[in-house]
Amino acid sequence: MLETKGLCRSFGALEVAREIDFRLERGARHALIGPNGAGKTTFVNLLTGVLPPSRGNVLLEGEDVTTFAQAKRVKRGIARTFQINQLFRGLTVQENVCIAVSERLGVGGSMLRPAGKRADVIEEASRLIGMLKLGEDAGRRIVELPYGRQRLVEIAIALGLNPRVLLLDEPAAGIPSAESYILLDAIATLPKDIAVLIIEHDMDLVFRFAKRITVLVSGAIFAEGTPTEIAANREVRSVYLGSALDA
Amino acid sequence: MSAATQLARRHRFRWWELLPWAAGIAVFFVFPNYLSFATQVLITILFALSLDLVLGYAGIVTLGHAAFFGAGAYTVGMMAMHWGWNEPISGLLAAALVAGAIGLASGLVLLRTHGLTLLMLTLCTMTLLEQAANMGAAWTGGFDGMPGLSFAKILGLFGFDALYFRSQYLYALAVLFLCFVIQRMLVYSSFGQSLTGIRENLLRMHAVGAPVRARQVLAYTVSAALAGVAGALFTQANGYVNLAVLGLERSAGVMIVLILGGYGRLYGAFVGATAYMVLEHVLAKAYPTAWQLGLGLTLVAVALFARNGIIGIVDSLRRRLAGSAR
Amino acid sequence: MDPVSILLGGFASGMVLFIVSVGLSVTMGLMGFVNLAHGGFAMLGGYVIVLAMKHWGFSFLPSLALAFVAVALFAVVLERLLYVRLYRASELDQVLFTIGLVFVMTAAVTLGVGPETQVVQLPDWLRGQSDLGFIKYRTYSLALIAAGTALVIALWLGFERTRFGARIRAAVDNRRMAQSLGMDVGRLFAVTFAIGSGLAAVGGGLGAEILGLDPNYPLRYLVYFLIVVSVGGLGRVTGVFFAALLIGVLDFVFKIYFPKGGTIFIYVLTLILLLWRPQGIFGKRGA
Repeated sequence: MLETKGLCRSFGALEVAREIDFRLERGARHALIGPNGAGKTTFVNLLTGVLPPSRGNVLLEGEDVTTFAQAKRVKRGIARTFQINQLFRGLTVQENVCIAVSERLGVGGSMLRPAGKRADVIEEASRLIGMLKLGEDAGRRIVELPYGRQRLVEIAIALGLNPRVLLLDEPAAGIPSAESYILLDAIATLPKDIAVLIIEHDMDLVFRFAKRITVLVSGAIFAEGTPTEIAANREVRSVYLGSALDA
Repeated sequence: MSAATQLARRHRFRWWELLPWAAGIAVFFVFPNYLSFATQVLITILFALSLDLVLGYAGIVTLGHAAFFGAGAYTVGMMAMHWGWNEPISGLLAAALVAGAIGLASGLVLLRTHGLTLLMLTLCTMTLLEQAANMGAAWTGGFDGMPGLSFAKILGLFGFDALYFRSQYLYALAVLFLCFVIQRMLVYSSFGQSLTGIRENLLRMHAVGAPVRARQVLAYTVSAALAGVAGALFTQANGYVNLAVLGLERSAGVMIVLILGGYGRLYGAFVGATAYMVLEHVLAKAYPTAWQLGLGLTLVAVALFARNGIIGIVDSLRRRLAGSAR
Repeated sequence: MDPVSILLGGFASGMVLFIVSVGLSVTMGLMGFVNLAHGGFAMLGGYVIVLAMKHWGFSFLPSLALAFVAVALFAVVLERLLYVRLYRASELDQVLFTIGLVFVMTAAVTLGVGPETQVVQLPDWLRGQSDLGFIKYRTYSLALIAAGTALVIALWLGFERTRFGARIRAAVDNRRMAQSLGMDVGRLFAVTFAIGSGLAAVGGGLGAEILGLDPNYPLRYLVYFLIVVSVGGLGRVTGVFFAALLIGVLDFVFKIYFPKGGTIFIYVLTLILLLWRPQGIFGKRGA
């Protein structure tokens, strides 16, 4: 579904992405792991168009989207969450999700009808808010919420875009472990043919969620396989997983 | 009330929204000798309203908005002086069109930049128009402008009254009302909501697939058209136009008015313009330098402590009272 | 007028623009702060010089030194007390704050000294003309050119050869990284702001003959300072230098040949230039 061919990106002499050939299958539950600074977020930025590549291509269902701007890729069905929340801080949770849903439904530019009269937008937003257990915070502004709840809003926005490909950059970071089930439950309700890629450090979450894992080190793919294969891979263990897995 | 219901009802009219208009009509009867001043206040409100769309909602910081006010003002002036066309309502429309066109052209080009560069370019564009108006004396009357313009009766019925400004005032009030209705509609629409999104987090708007540039340019264009209408009102009501309709003083002035009232709020322009102009009228005449000093200190204080203006202060008071009542 | 005279005249104006604006360029590049009040410091410097020479018996050069020190100190106090609270604020807040500051400065000067244009009395050794061999030209203009050139060389050396300069360059390039490297960015800002404002003060006095000196100075020349800084590229001393010379020459030429609003071409040029290269001629892309 989402593919990169020879994707490269450098900043001067610093290569942050090196010849990355990556495939995200339809219906994938794929995790991208790697040590800090491996270039995982950079990779997502390359996939979503925040960063243009120095070389290589990004293909979505066969279509070359390498030159497409961010917004255009979103319209083609790629949605992402950011490692650091990117929300509309002065607006309420409800308004945040409504903006995303409005854009998806193509009514974001409508100038005549009051936004309040778009019952479909508001209902859909409420549904997503409920799904992420944010109901009682729906009317509160983002700045008033604890970071963990803000993170869930970030997820709600991405889901509200009804993507074909969902890229989650450290979605659980900041969410108290007692509430991380909300995240997993939300992902579980997604249609089976959506491709989901998660960047995560929480190995517990990774091994519960992923059917395939890619390990990125210093901007290049180090290893790829099923969770069992990765867990057993001695090189991966030494480079990255280390004691986290023995525990 | 649930958040969803709150959102669904946001655009409904509340009873107190009639107050400004009731007050506007009351002024006509209560202060018949101050209608000239009151008309200037109305014109400033409209100008500030137009700036709010682009600055308060879309978050585009511009010091050149007087370019559109001036464009509208000079359009009406030039039509009256050179073509003998002084029908007021079509004058307003022409001004809106010209100012809007300039807004569209400059928006398409300028909004490719941001930050200091954008600020700089808005200033440049306005100063350029100011210089052009200065240079093109044959068309614009140059530095002295075009004094002594007269206009036909509004709708063929109401003549402009140079002495008491009676018809001017009601005319301005009506135009302000119509423009306000338009602004209110835009603000409460999905478009208006997306502008707020653009202001709050540009990256996020891109990441939800919004055509950010197109929305910004559209907001800029509509805002320019509204500013043009305000400028046209200025020329029609006062019967003259000169270089003072352009320039940093007017741009900075309208920005100050809007911030003092509260930007990004529908009625900030009303509060700010009325408060500022009344105070200025009372204080500046008597002590102009002290007024400037006081204004400067107020701006510094507002920037540091009260960036949401008078409405912002009222809001936080209300919130604190609501909080202590629990 | 022959080309050499035009160039010299333009260069002299440009040097004044440079001396005033270089501080603005560095502090904006360094702090990312939109300081519309910079012209106010130039004006204050000019007034200090006038007062020092007229009422306190200073001669020309000591007055310049006094202006530098006085305004630099004043700037540091303002920076530590007020500016520092707005470094993270929105652009709008910064614009508002600095416009307010300009109003306060303008009003203070009007109340303290008066609304009239002030004249800086040049010392005898700067008056008259000098013979350069190939041309005789106003000594004052030649001195301005010499001063400006000396300044740009001194600043360039300072930036390229001293540790302090290196720190500034690093922080201009990447503020967050500079901070994470343990640089005391706060002190860096304060010192740079002081020097920049001090230079503006000197420029305000030196340029009084060319740009005039009255309470409306800051607002009147705001656009020009911003043009010089934007076109030159934020934080680039050499950039500001060449941009200032360019604007100075153009302005000089236009005033002679198109006296009634020829400066419009400067605005057109700036528009075209900044649209083609938003980061300025010498600026770095993607701040």
